[in-house]
Amino acid sequence: MIWNETKECMSRDEMEFLQSKRLVKTVDRVYHNVEFYRKKMQQLGIEPGDIKGIEDLHKLPFTTKNDLRDTYPFGLFAAPQSEIVRIHASSGTTGKATVVGYTRKDLDIWSECVARALSQAGVTRGDIIQVAYGYGLFTGGLGAHGGAEKLGAMVVPMSTGNTKKLTTMMKDFGVTAIACTPSYLLHIAEVLEEVGDIPNIKLKAAVCGAEPWTDNMRRQIEEKLHIKAFDIYGLSEVMGPGVACDCEYHKGLHVYEDHFLPEIIDPDTLEPMEKGETGELVFTTLTKEGLPLLRYRTKDLTSISYDKCECGRTLARISRFKGRSDDMLIIRGVNVFPSQIEAALLEMGEVTPHYMMIVDRQNNLDTLEIQVEVDERFFSDEIKSLETLSKKIAHVIQNAIGLAVKIKLVAPKTLERSMGKAVHVIDKRKLI
Amino acid sequence: MFIKQLSVFIENQEGRLEEVLDVLKQEQISIISLSLADTSEYGLLRMITSNPEAGQNALKEKGFAAMLTDVLAVKLSHQVGKLQEVLSYVCKAGLNVEYMYALSNKDNEASIICKISNADEAATLLKSKEVEFYSQEDIMKTFC
Repeated sequence: MIWNETKECMSRDEMEFLQSKRLVKTVDRVYHNVEFYRKKMQQLGIEPGDIKGIEDLHKLPFTTKNDLRDTYPFGLFAAPQSEIVRIHASSGTTGKATVVGYTRKDLDIWSECVARALSQAGVTRGDIIQVAYGYGLFTGGLGAHGGAEKLGAMVVPMSTGNTKKLTTMMKDFGVTAIACTPSYLLHIAEVLEEVGDIPNIKLKAAVCGAEPWTDNMRRQIEEKLHIKAFDIYGLSEVMGPGVACDCEYHKGLHVYEDHFLPEIIDPDTLEPMEKGETGELVFTTLTKEGLPLLRYRTKDLTSISYDKCECGRTLARISRFKGRSDDMLIIRGVNVFPSQIEAALLEMGEVTPHYMMIVDRQNNLDTLEIQVEVDERFFSDEIKSLETLSKKIAHVIQNAIGLAVKIKLVAPKTLERSMGKAVHVIDKRKLI
Repeated sequence: MFIKQLSVFIENQEGRLEEVLDVLKQEQISIISLSLADTSEYGLLRMITSNPEAGQNALKEKGFAAMLTDVLAVKLSHQVGKLQEVLSYVCKAGLNVEYMYALSNKDNEASIICKISNADEAATLLKSKEVEFYSQEDIMKTFC
């Protein structure tokens, strides 16, 4: 089902006309309301009047996650605080959160986008949907929730953490759809399988996101649970889940480009790339009031196709991600940068900043082990001191990245040293 | 009063313990007593050796985390209840034994290595109770 046929199936000309009109408005808004953008544009020698349409997009300055951090907490907001009705936040690279704000209209549009995504997955107002993303500062829970309510489905706000309750309710309520991370859904499937409950559930669709997954994993989920699974994409800086989602043909994720203008750039030269080429995905928000962003660099590597999809939508499609142009990892839906680990270790002062992150997936749940070298400065002849130390390291890192970690102490000088760019991560999940 | 114990961090990995022992052998250092504490991830080898300083240097050079710790080598006569008696002094003073292992059984004497929470206080206390200790020199004379 197509939720908003007017917008999702418009011709390329109409779409570009709409995007151009909205881009001009957005540029005007940030120039007059956000000092950061005004200064950046002045440095580049451009004024709002120079941007007449999407053909002028390349003249605009980029925005990065660092810019959000540098202007922490509300520096990039383009609406007065009285108009902001919601805040979300994700962990930043050095402990400081990246804060995003929404006006009421922003929340309405967010819900609209998620409703489109759910419709693509065949979810309707007649469905019962469990939202099993974390509720709170993370955009996943409340974002999916808003869209499901907009759609008119019956929403069960599960959040995360209690799989037993989730599966019981799934069975007892006759839940037909679920929104959660793909790895969590596989875990749920295994729990259901163990107790032989798969024939007793009515689930038919899942909208999964917040972490990278493969087609293989999608098929595994579909076969185990006898459902259709869909890939939803989003990032809190741009909005949250519902920036793009795939349809039943699984030939790329439809970007709701009447609200988010996508482009592909070369991450090294920052020049726009030819249509169809693979590069870094960049978004300019077209309707956001609270936190409009010009050319936000996602660091996700992909390509865009503008061909009409078999499903009838004309919305541009981004292909499955081919990696990232930075070293960010997504572990259990949480964005983690190796530099966060390093900063936390340095801050502790007791250990060498030599570390190795081992990311793995056990029973479909991501695990993170951090190996830290024992050196003479903190080595002890007592086991209990070593245990206290590894607990302390675990605690400090957990605070920095918001994820439980396992610390493994290793012998000195066994971890790789910086030879140009040191390898700090071993990702055994093979997601791309 | 105290003697130097050589402690080495050993990753739970095939051959690591043997490597440590090989380093000591190359240096002609003899091991008089040892204890190996293990966790699921790593082990801690504690040793009384003929030359703790040289042992530490050699191990460090080979990249091992090695350190010297002051421990007490307590002489005990071969009698039932002797160790209990020593510990009763320690306990009454509110001190804790961090770890303990046997040093040797020689002639009519047993002896143990122990580390007590407040080392100086423990040593003074035991001395006042006429408990005897081995010095590093005694160790060399008696066991090497």
